[in-house]
Amino acid sequence: MGKTLAEKVWAEHVVRHGDDGAPDLLYIDLHLVHEVTSPQAFEGLRLAGRTVRRPDLTIATEDHNTPTLDIDLPIADVTSRTQIETLRRNAAEFGVRIHSLGDADQGIVHQVGPQLGLTQPGMTVVCGDSHTSTHGAFGALAFGIGTSEVEHVLATQTLPLAPFKTMAINVEGQLPPGTTSKDIILAIIAKIGTGGGQGYVLEYRGEAIRALSMEARMTICNMSIEAGARAGMIAPDETTFAYLKGRPHAPEGADWDAAVEHWRTLRTDDDAVFDAEVTLRASDLEPFVTWGTNPGQGLPISASVPVPEEIADENERVAAERAIEYMGLVPGTPLKEIPVDTVFIGSCTNGRIEDLRSVAKVFQGRRKADNVRVLVVPASARVRLQAEAEGLDRIFLEFGAEWRNAGCSMCLGMNPDQLAPGERAASTSNRNFEGRQGKGGRTHLVSPLVAAATAIRGTLSSVADLAADDPSFADLDVAELDGSPLVPLDPRVPMQV
Amino acid sequence: MEKFTTHTGVGVPLRRSNVDTDQIIPAVYLKRVTRTGFEDALFAAWRGDPDFVLNQDAYRSGSVLVAGPDFGTGSSREHAVWALKDYGFRAVLSARFADIFRGNSGKQGLLAAQLAQEDIELIWKVLESAPGTEVTVDLESRTVTCGDVVAPFQVDDYTRWRLMEGLDDIGLTLGHEEDIAEFERSRPSYKPTTLPAKHLPTVEVRAARPIALPIQPVSR
Repeated sequence: MGKTLAEKVWAEHVVRHGDDGAPDLLYIDLHLVHEVTSPQAFEGLRLAGRTVRRPDLTIATEDHNTPTLDIDLPIADVTSRTQIETLRRNAAEFGVRIHSLGDADQGIVHQVGPQLGLTQPGMTVVCGDSHTSTHGAFGALAFGIGTSEVEHVLATQTLPLAPFKTMAINVEGQLPPGTTSKDIILAIIAKIGTGGGQGYVLEYRGEAIRALSMEARMTICNMSIEAGARAGMIAPDETTFAYLKGRPHAPEGADWDAAVEHWRTLRTDDDAVFDAEVTLRASDLEPFVTWGTNPGQGLPISASVPVPEEIADENERVAAERAIEYMGLVPGTPLKEIPVDTVFIGSCTNGRIEDLRSVAKVFQGRRKADNVRVLVVPASARVRLQAEAEGLDRIFLEFGAEWRNAGCSMCLGMNPDQLAPGERAASTSNRNFEGRQGKGGRTHLVSPLVAAATAIRGTLSSVADLAADDPSFADLDVAELDGSPLVPLDPRVPMQV
Repeated sequence: MEKFTTHTGVGVPLRRSNVDTDQIIPAVYLKRVTRTGFEDALFAAWRGDPDFVLNQDAYRSGSVLVAGPDFGTGSSREHAVWALKDYGFRAVLSARFADIFRGNSGKQGLLAAQLAQEDIELIWKVLESAPGTEVTVDLESRTVTCGDVVAPFQVDDYTRWRLMEGLDDIGLTLGHEEDIAEFERSRPSYKPTTLPAKHLPTVEVRAARPIALPIQPVSR
C-alpha cells in the first residue's frame, strides 16, 4: 500500500523508532523561535549547562509583543520589553540568528521562514506557536510545540512524537469570483468543527487547491489548527518551486536540481489510504464570515445570524446562545446588516503581499466609511517594504487606513493594538475567541476582500455588494481578486523606500 | 540533571493536606521569563504568616518537605516544581501525590516519595519535637530515616532509574546522540541552514506614527 504525503515526510525524519509503543524520535529541520514561548526554554538549557545543538537550523524573530507604531522608541509595556530583551540576550548567548524590531527581516515568524526561503518541501518545521501549521503549504510537516518541547528541540534538534492519523480534504472545482482561500478554510472548519481535525494531519487536495498561490495556500494551512488538527499540508508543485526559486536560502545550482527532483516525489501515492476524507465543492462557496466566538461558527455572508431555537443539537444551541449574547447580535439579523467599528487587515493568516495587493485594489481611489477605523498591518517588515515599493501604502493612507509596522498586532492584542470592550471588528486573522483581540472585543473572521468591502460600506460586505452600490466598482476586475496568483513577492525586486 | 542517590537534610513538617499548585506558587508569578528565582514565590500566601513552618529558624534551611496527602493537585504548572527546587527542596514526602505534579517532579529531579500516612505522622512527631532534625532519603534502598523512624517509600522503577542516572527527557534523548549524529550525516546537502545568514539587502524600516482618528463605535 502506498503512503500519504505526511507519512512520507515522517518516514524521512525518523532518527530512531520507539520501542514497545514508545514514540518515534523525529529530526527537526527548522526551529523558529519568538519571544513569548522561548525564555524558559533557554533558561532550562543554561541551568543544565547545555548548548543549542544546531544554531544553524534555528532562527528567531520578534513578533507577538512588538508595537506597530513608534518602533524606534523604547517599548512602553514592561512585560513586552522584558520578553523581547530576554530573547535578544538569549540569541546572543547561544549563537542564534535573530531578526529584531527595525530589521528588514523582522516579522511574524510564519512569514519570515517562507520569505527567506527557509521553509521548503519535505521538511519538519516546529515553533512554539500553534500557527506553525502555515508552513505545511510547502509540503512540510509543521506544527506548534510547548515550551518544554522548545527546550528539547534546542538541545537535541529532535522530538519524540506520537503517531497521527491522516485526513484528506478534497476541494473540487473552481472558486467563484470574490471568494478566496480564507473562505475555503472557514467553510471547512464550519463543516468539520473546531475538533474535527483532532489527532489528524490534514492534506488539502483537489483542483481548487492546486489553483491557489503560495500565499493563499499558507492561509489555508495556517488555520488547520482551528479545526483541531496537528498540522495541514499541501503537496508541493510548480507553484511551490516558482515561489522558492531565487529566495535567499533556496538551494542553488546542482542542489536546486536535486531538491526539485526529490520534492516531486512528495505527493500522496495513488493507492494510499487516508484514515478519513472530506469533500467540498469550491464552486458552491461564497464569502464566509463568522458570527460566533469560535472559528467553526461561520456562515456564507448572504446568511443571517442563527436562531438558536432552530438548532436541534442542545450543546450547539447553548453554545450559539452564549456566542450571540457575547457578540451582541440579534438572531435572524442578516449578516450584511452588521455594522463594524474596526477593520483589521493583517496576521500570519492574511498579512502577506498578495493580501495587501488585493485590498489595495479595492481601496484605490476610495474612502473608508465614517466611524470605521482601518488598520493595515503587514506580516513582515519585508512585506511592508515591498508594499511601499509598489505604492500600496499611499493607497491605504488616502483611503483613510492606518499603515503600521509588522507584527502579530491585533490578531491577539499582546501589544497595544486591541479592541475596546464592546468594539466590533471584521478581522482577517484566525481566532474569534472571547476577548482574543481585547477584553470584551467582538471579532468576525473574514477574508481580505470582505474586510476591504466592509471598510467601504461600514457593514459586513462582499466585493459583489460594492458593485451593487456603486457602478464604478463594476470595472473592478474581481476575477483577479479571487486568490489566484497575482505577481508573487519577488525577493529580487529592489526595495525603494 | 543532578544524580539522586541519597540525600540528607533538615525535614520540614507541613501538616496540611490537598496542597494544590496554586498554594505552592500563585498564578501571578507565571509571567516571569526565568525558570529560576522562584524561591520567594514558594507558598507565597503562607509566607506572610510568622507562624508558618518555613518562617521558623529551625526549618528555614529545610530540604525535605514532609506533607499531608494529595500534594500538588490543581493546575499543571511546572513552576510548582521549580519553586520547590529553587527554595532548596530535594524531596517531598507525602501519602499521595497528584499525577501531573509527580510527573513534573520526576522530569525536574525532585523526588516525590510516597509513604504510608502512619509513617508521615511518626516523622512529623520527630520533626516537631526536635525541630531541625535531619531526614535521610535513600533512593537506592527506597527508605526514609528520621530519628529512630525508618520507613519504606514508593517510587516507580522508571522514575527511580532516571533520578539515579540524573536523566531528564532531554538527557534521555541525548543518550541516543550517536543515532542523531548518524542521521545528521545522511541529510541531503540541499537542506537549508539559517547560518551563515543570507537575506536581501538591508533597508531602513521607517517607524509608523500614530494618527489621531476619532472613533465613535456605532455598534454599542
